[in-house]
Amino acid sequence: MSHVAETQAAGVVAVHHDDHAHHEHHEHHETFITKYIFSQDHKMIAKQFLITGMFWAVLGGLMSVLFRFQLGYPEDAYPWLETILGKWAKGGRITPEAYYALVTTHGTVLVFFVLTAGLSGTFANFLIPLQVGARDMASPFLNMLSYWFFFIASIVMLSSLFVETGPFSGGWTAYPPLSALGDASPGSKTGMDLWIISMALFVVSSLLGGLNYIATILNMRTKGMSMTRLPLTIWALFFTAVLGVLSFPVLLSGFILLIFDRNFGTSFYLSDIFVNGVGALPNEGGSAILFQHLFWFLGHPEVYIILLPAMGMVSEILSVNSRKPIFGYIAMVGSLFAIAILAFLVWAHHMFVTGLNPLLGSIFVLLTLLIAVPSAIKVFNWLTTLWRGSIHFTPGMLFAIGFVSLFISGGLTGIWLGNSAIDIHLHDTYFVIAHFHIVMGVASMFGMFAGIYHWYPKMYGRYMNNTLGYMHFWITIAGAYMIFWPMHYEGLAGMPRRYYDYSIWESFKQFAELNRFISTVAMIVFAAQLLFLINFFYSIFKGRKVTSLNPWGSNTLEWTTPIRPGHGNWPGEIPEVHRWPYDYGKDGKEFIAQTTPVGEDESHH
Amino acid sequence: MSILFTIAVIALIFIVIFQIAKASEYVTLLRGEQKGLRQSNKINAWLMIVFLVLGLLGVWYCNDVYFGQTLLAQESASVEGERVDSMMWLTIAVTGIVFIITQIILFYFAYKYQQNDNNKVFFFPHNTKLEVIWTVIPALVLMVLIGIGLRNWFLFTGEAPREAMVVEITGKQFGWIYRYPGKDASFGKKYYKNIDPASNSLGIIWEDQLSHDDVVTEQTMYLIKGKPVKLVIGSRDVIHDVGLTHFRMKMDAVPGIPTTLWFTPKYTTKEMKEMTGNPNFAYEISCDQMCGNGHYSMKGNIEVVEQEEYDLWMAKQKPQYLVNFPDKDPSVKPAADSVKSVISMVKTVNKDKAQM
Repeated sequence: MSHVAETQAAGVVAVHHDDHAHHEHHEHHETFITKYIFSQDHKMIAKQFLITGMFWAVLGGLMSVLFRFQLGYPEDAYPWLETILGKWAKGGRITPEAYYALVTTHGTVLVFFVLTAGLSGTFANFLIPLQVGARDMASPFLNMLSYWFFFIASIVMLSSLFVETGPFSGGWTAYPPLSALGDASPGSKTGMDLWIISMALFVVSSLLGGLNYIATILNMRTKGMSMTRLPLTIWALFFTAVLGVLSFPVLLSGFILLIFDRNFGTSFYLSDIFVNGVGALPNEGGSAILFQHLFWFLGHPEVYIILLPAMGMVSEILSVNSRKPIFGYIAMVGSLFAIAILAFLVWAHHMFVTGLNPLLGSIFVLLTLLIAVPSAIKVFNWLTTLWRGSIHFTPGMLFAIGFVSLFISGGLTGIWLGNSAIDIHLHDTYFVIAHFHIVMGVASMFGMFAGIYHWYPKMYGRYMNNTLGYMHFWITIAGAYMIFWPMHYEGLAGMPRRYYDYSIWESFKQFAELNRFISTVAMIVFAAQLLFLINFFYSIFKGRKVTSLNPWGSNTLEWTTPIRPGHGNWPGEIPEVHRWPYDYGKDGKEFIAQTTPVGEDESHH
Repeated sequence: MSILFTIAVIALIFIVIFQIAKASEYVTLLRGEQKGLRQSNKINAWLMIVFLVLGLLGVWYCNDVYFGQTLLAQESASVEGERVDSMMWLTIAVTGIVFIITQIILFYFAYKYQQNDNNKVFFFPHNTKLEVIWTVIPALVLMVLIGIGLRNWFLFTGEAPREAMVVEITGKQFGWIYRYPGKDASFGKKYYKNIDPASNSLGIIWEDQLSHDDVVTEQTMYLIKGKPVKLVIGSRDVIHDVGLTHFRMKMDAVPGIPTTLWFTPKYTTKEMKEMTGNPNFAYEISCDQMCGNGHYSMKGNIEVVEQEEYDLWMAKQKPQYLVNFPDKDPSVKPAADSVKSVISMVKTVNKDKAQM
């Protein structure tokens, strides 16, 4: 591995910067509280986001194991379930109330707390200042608030699990009237109040973070770091932040109207309703569909808020570990941009069967399927990046390759569902579950794992255990396919999602055995994630120490900082950037860091 | 006890795996980091090929086992649904080819271009021609899929044929109510504040003459083979969805905003029982929109029959108006005490309303 030698060389370059270090950045005294709790250091905030996200991933994953338990073994009773869940599993069977609460909380938590806060919260915070060459975010204080709003949102969500009427149970999309009427569903009582409060706090957190990311990327790039010299991670995180800032407020407005309908007798979403056991409600003239427009105006960009950071990190990791430039940098940025624009123009494809005006629906079909074009560009560019490279299979690289595989598999089924004339058959079946879990859930999770394995040495100055990483990867990718691939077949049989029990349905009960298989694999895959957790926390304290500044032989700026960078990142001056970040394998050199000036005899590309 | 045992076994497995992983890292360090990394690189590269081959076999196996249980193995039960099926076949062909080719390329490249002293990295930052090719080709293919899709979409969501029969279907937690317009082929008006679960589940306004021959039923909806049917869909409480998986159709039921859906049943229920070889076959209406804790049990049935059988069935149905007001029924001679009981029933109904 010749790059290790060059790693040392790069280290020398970085140290060289230290020579003329005159500490502009004054080291203030840090207490435990300012360093680990109310920290304003972007790296510590990133770790706070990550670990809180991991907490939710475990809890959300555990919820899916529980409801998969019900789906896999619907007729058996397990007394230990009653031991842990109490009245939610009376007689050892999870009740429908509990089942729907688990499904709803699983969705909400995974989408927002894990794959938004845990993913872009972690890596935007960690990578933006390090890769653009800034000492910290534009506003470290707002950044800290962003985490703490997320923390409070987490506490409120967590508390909703313990209220007497149960947590919200109307699905993560929270469509009214179900979410507005406590009499229609017990979960829509106190549980829903807490759910909305938590989500509103989460929107605040997300906005504070997003504005900060945008401001930092636009204004705080180091000398020479033009926008076209940014690593693709930063481009992806930039578009992610823009999407969030423009769409989260719309979600909040939708929630505010919902709060009014729930508590103050307005009729934004309610009309012509007769609730069993209560009678006719006075509300008239509202539109339940209005909420869906407001929700999906965030909801669809949200999919890309989840996916884009993973795409950016995968682009970076694939290039670094193929020892080859990312293919088509400008096309990669262009396709990110196209995806970000189109993300705002496709929301109603979630609403093809709501009775939407067919002409409007047809426009959304066109725009939705157009997204396949930039997505295809990205896939082909990733494949070409691997072509004639020299691939190092680090655990990060494995997960990046896995991401591409999953993104292809899940993306292709989007072509089915985006076509309204097929969606009219497959909408809200397991086909949809398979589609979005693969393309958005598991793929983004893979992007997150790739990022964690790849930047772990920068985060903690230690490595994670490779063998555990390899096992984690192979079990997870095989398991993910075994869980979600057969679900396409259930969907093609029309099997609806969000059913507690299929045994009374002549059309869907043939899958009992398959459901058991899926549930069993889901449990194994969940257990494999514990391997990752053990590896993660063990390695923080006991992992192999990083000894070279640039262990992967990477071009980007974060590897010019000390092995354990302090607050301010570079002890001396921030290095100057002279080139784009993907000069791998150029002119026979294995890699040329961004800080290396362009030589006179260097070839142009 | 068995639980504790299971937990202990699982914990033990974890400890063993963890120790092996730790040991293998020490071994790697002892034997020289470079050599160890090279070896694990080779193993992972091989696993890429193993995964590709096993994965494709798995895809084939899964298809072998489960294809027969999907609806693609059966013909669509509606004329319009055939178009959905043919679109799905075309889309399977397109996405299937892309899936297989790209997955093979991905894992094969990963294997082929593993780190190797003989592999020289090819500096290849961009190539406009290639990029234009793989922008334009997907765009063109998508245009074809969009074109076909939109033609079908406008057919599905367009006006129902003039000869179509009309049935109203209303969702409530957790069941369906059907209404047939009767001889006048028009529904009487309804207003949700008139709803009385006992006698007027839809809130029909009886003053509207058109309502007098409306037939209201639950459980099973009767449709006629070969006759287009237009469903007028509504909901009494939250959003539901009329899922007609055998007909390849579905549409939401939204309170306050009626929606419609039309299709032409192709086979009677009896014929479907024979075709599927399943004596219990039923056209089930599944609620496909989360509607509360009983969502999973919100089931309706459709019985598709021949015209004659439908006529016979319809002749036996009594309009809801006459069920509520038997004294208006010309076919029933009012006996003295039955009138009394009706009067008392109407009174209690009114009382109930007043209480509400």
